[in-house]
Amino acid sequence: MTQHEPLHLHVPEPTGRPGRHTDFSYLRLSPAGAVRRPPVDTLPVDTSDLAYELVRVLDDDGAAVGPWAMQPDRELLRKGLRAMMKTRVFDARMLIAQRQKKMSFYMQCLGEEAIAIAHALALDPGDMCFPTYRQQGLLLARDDVDMVEVICQLLSNQHDPLKGRQLPVMYSYKRAGFFSISGNLATQFIQAVGWGMASAIKGDTRIASGWIGDGATAEADFHTALTFAHVYRAPVILNVVNNQWAISTFQAIAGGEATTFAARGVGCGIASLRVDGNDFLAVYAASQWAAERARRNLGPTLIEWVTYRAGPHSTSDDPSKYRPADDWAHFPLGDPIARLRQHLIAIGAWSEGEHADTQKQLEAEVAAAQKEAERYGTLADGNMRSAAEMFEDVYKDMPEHLRRQRQQLGV
Amino acid sequence: MKVDTETSADGTAAGTRSTPMTMIQALRSAMDVMLERDPDVVVYGQDVGYFGGVFRCTEGLQAKYGKSRVFDAPISEGGIVGTAVGMGAYGLRAVVEIQFADYFYPASDQIVSEAARLRYRSAGDFTAPITIRMPCGGGIYGGQTHSQSPEALFTHVCGLRTVMPSNPYDAKGLLIAAIECDDPVIFLEPKRLYNGPFDGHHDKPVVPWSKHPLGLVPEGHYTVPLESAAVFRPGSELTVLTYGTMVFVSEAAARETGIDAEIIDLRSIWPLDLAMLVDSVKKTGRCVVVHEATRTSGFGAELTALVQEHCFYHLEAPVERVAGWDTPYPHAQEWDYFPGPARVAAAFKRAMEK
Ligand SMILES: Cc1ncc(C[n+]2csc(CCOP(=O)(O)OP(=O)(O)O)c2C)c(N)n1
Ligand SMILES: [Mg+2]
Repeated sequence: MTQHEPLHLHVPEPTGRPGRHTDFSYLRLSPAGAVRRPPVDTLPVDTSDLAYELVRVLDDDGAAVGPWAMQPDRELLRKGLRAMMKTRVFDARMLIAQRQKKMSFYMQCLGEEAIAIAHALALDPGDMCFPTYRQQGLLLARDDVDMVEVICQLLSNQHDPLKGRQLPVMYSYKRAGFFSISGNLATQFIQAVGWGMASAIKGDTRIASGWIGDGATAEADFHTALTFAHVYRAPVILNVVNNQWAISTFQAIAGGEATTFAARGVGCGIASLRVDGNDFLAVYAASQWAAERARRNLGPTLIEWVTYRAGPHSTSDDPSKYRPADDWAHFPLGDPIARLRQHLIAIGAWSEGEHADTQKQLEAEVAAAQKEAERYGTLADGNMRSAAEMFEDVYKDMPEHLRRQRQQLGV
Repeated sequence: MKVDTETSADGTAAGTRSTPMTMIQALRSAMDVMLERDPDVVVYGQDVGYFGGVFRCTEGLQAKYGKSRVFDAPISEGGIVGTAVGMGAYGLRAVVEIQFADYFYPASDQIVSEAARLRYRSAGDFTAPITIRMPCGGGIYGGQTHSQSPEALFTHVCGLRTVMPSNPYDAKGLLIAAIECDDPVIFLEPKRLYNGPFDGHHDKPVVPWSKHPLGLVPEGHYTVPLESAAVFRPGSELTVLTYGTMVFVSEAAARETGIDAEIIDLRSIWPLDLAMLVDSVKKTGRCVVVHEATRTSGFGAELTALVQEHCFYHLEAPVERVAGWDTPYPHAQEWDYFPGPARVAAAFKRAMEK
């Protein structure tokens, strides 16, 4: 008979809590430029090391270094910086509008701007993203999405393209490669795989890009998505945005303790990368690598983007209750906007003056869009889509019982 | 209105000292009492541990009982309920939180195929004495994924008990009864009632529970037995069968129409207190069924059928149903969707005219 100590339950705990600094050494960062770049036709099993390292391009001085530094053209980088700044300005203004009760709710992507924006710029027209609520950057990076209309969705007003039915930020833009956002976490991840499979079935050349947060990877749909993507070698990029937090729970509660989310992919036979999500150049390079694999029929790639959720989870959340208030300031991967700005200035493609001008211009642009959107109503003034529209789109053609209910409502 | 004075299962009077509590505090108090009394009770769910839940129902419990009794769970409803079933097989009583009722769907298989049928399929060898708490209902501009009332999806499953309190007193007593119950209990919490009774007049300021007699809650252990309804408002002209938020909306409709409605708060939706329902409908001869969930195949359909089966010869008018429209819960048009006092009042009048 063996003698054992009594068992006890392990419940992971972050090092940082209100009043106690986070020890970020758990992130296990690789130095910029240190991680190899395999050929796109590499075997998934041969990316095992990459799933535990961290692909980084920008070093502390803003220089682009190492095998992933491909130096995309300057115009693209300037566009990326502008889009990140625009997204941040947009988030800040919408947050104020929410406080003014012009909208019921808002979610910002503060600190994570590089991921959606660099990724969007690495995709082709016609590709389809299956985002979460924190990828507004996918829309704001594009020139063909009208900001006024986006704000109308947030304000739930007369011109809300979703007819007032969805919470703010739950956008849908098929024509911009942006799948309708679900409130139910993780459901979109497996759908992205299905879209990619469809593209393969039809002999198309378009690829899918699925998105999920660190917390939501605990859902079964995440794991199912990996299995299907691997089995059918689906042309899909599987993005895991590890911003360290899922509302109040730390990424270790999602299963990130002493391992990585990228490692999940390798275990399923999927080529996997772990990438500095606050490094615009690294995001762009890794996205391109994964897109190339998908488009060449080489199958899926899982990318864990390491970043930090700098703001509250949503306007209903108060993170000072569960994490150090100044945590972001200590996050070792910094601020994606500051880092790209530093790089662009270093290579002579940007200046402090241009930055200040751009900031002003973007603030004016967003303010003007908001002003115009508010002409069509806000949640506060009740100028919204008619109640009659509530009964539409439940089915393609309205059945008798809904017609009768609409009549009963008297609209 | 009647304040229940049930006694607890072990016969002690329903608490000697009472304190004003919100529904959130009452639920927390129930879990606190049970964690204290029964070392086999554990509490977990998303954001439930350190933070104390997004609605703060478990605030302070981890600090008091430690991380192996009250803890955060990964975002996997299937995982949360599946582990609860496993813990039940070991002998624990898991009280788990699904952050919003709208998010229980990934746990459907564990609830429907496993928890609900475990006793039956193992002929009592294993049971699933679990309590699955979930905030439900609308009225907070939550849109279609923070507003649903899925009770009928559970009442259709044999082996589950489905409960929905309408006030702090019942919330605590029912939650303790649910935790002590050896069957799996789906415990639906109308989130619009968390901080005060809400009668559907959304433009009026919130009345806190401290101003309501049912906000006075005994500090200790007591139960509101499962399968017992309550006469929330005695009346003679018609019977209202309802639960959750709609109890207060129905009360407002009675006040505003001057119709002397007898409002029955089911509390336990299924299995239910049939005798109380039948007695009331036989007495008044008229019946209006009210719930916030969508109408078609909602629990109102079952209630209407029961009334028809048991009270047909006493009915003086067809049974009226007031419910949410058969659409997903819209965001901006929330108050056109929500079956407020005007819609309930209109049904009262129709029931009286015939
Ligand atoms: C199925 C489901 N369960 C729970 C929730 C509630 N919820 C919304 S967001 C969230 C946290 C998600 O965290 P993460 O996936 O890390 O994404 P992040 O918010 O950090 O971008 C939770 C628990 C939900 N929306 N859907
Ligand atoms: Mg997260």
